[in-house]
Amino acid sequence: MANFFFYILAALAIASALMVVTRRNAVHSAMYLVLTMAAIAGLFVQLGSWFIAALQIIVYAGAIMVLFLFVIMMLNLKKDEFGFDSRIFQRIFAFVLGVLFLAQIVLVVTKYPYQAGRPYEQSMGDIARLSQKLFYDYLYPFEIVGVLLLAAIIGAVVIARKPEER
Amino acid sequence: MASLTSYLMLSAILFAIGVYGVLRNRNAIIIFMSIELMLNAVNITLMAFSSYLKDFSGQVFIFLVIAVAAAEVAVGLAIIVAIFRKKESVNVDDINIMKW
Repeated sequence: MANFFFYILAALAIASALMVVTRRNAVHSAMYLVLTMAAIAGLFVQLGSWFIAALQIIVYAGAIMVLFLFVIMMLNLKKDEFGFDSRIFQRIFAFVLGVLFLAQIVLVVTKYPYQAGRPYEQSMGDIARLSQKLFYDYLYPFEIVGVLLLAAIIGAVVIARKPEER
Repeated sequence: MASLTSYLMLSAILFAIGVYGVLRNRNAIIIFMSIELMLNAVNITLMAFSSYLKDFSGQVFIFLVIAVAAAEVAVGLAIIVAIFRKKESVNVDDINIMKW
């Protein structure tokens, strides 16, 4: 039964990811990307991590995609600006490179002899253990990410400011 | 339960779709969304290994990846807005001032 849900979610994620990269309209791409994020959050639930699944929905599908949509609407692209037909040569080249890249990763994944046990379905959602890892073993990376976010906020405000005000 | 290999395969497929999207599109915003797709594919790998190796470090890395992705999106979209102010376009073919 769990397997069945995995395949449903995987198919949903792959189908909507393909729609993301092939739509001409950026708003449609953004909507399909939200669907992909939701499917991936479902996979995280399958793996037993409810906290990361909730984070995925809140931060990715909530905050980041809203930022994308805000920018798309703010730019107010003209009808012909919405999508540009990429040259046919570019599409073929992109497809060939993508398939080669996929073949490379699949080769690595199938040849590499790892010892795979059973997944930890129940206790991976244990927030107490996760926060212990986060605030003891990885305290400095956590703090540095906070500084990074502050730098990103200031940088974004400075970069997106009107040029005359500088 | 699905095997670890199937999670890694799904992650590989999503990452390759993201690469394809970056190479195929010329709209800077859609290219950016493809990059987000690749980050998500990596998150699936981290989560799968975290779950199968019974180690919470993978989830911490996902946490950090999401935070870095948020910072990256804020700065990247600000750059796109700045370019649009100057060029009135988000077509990457128009952004060639660093090309010689």
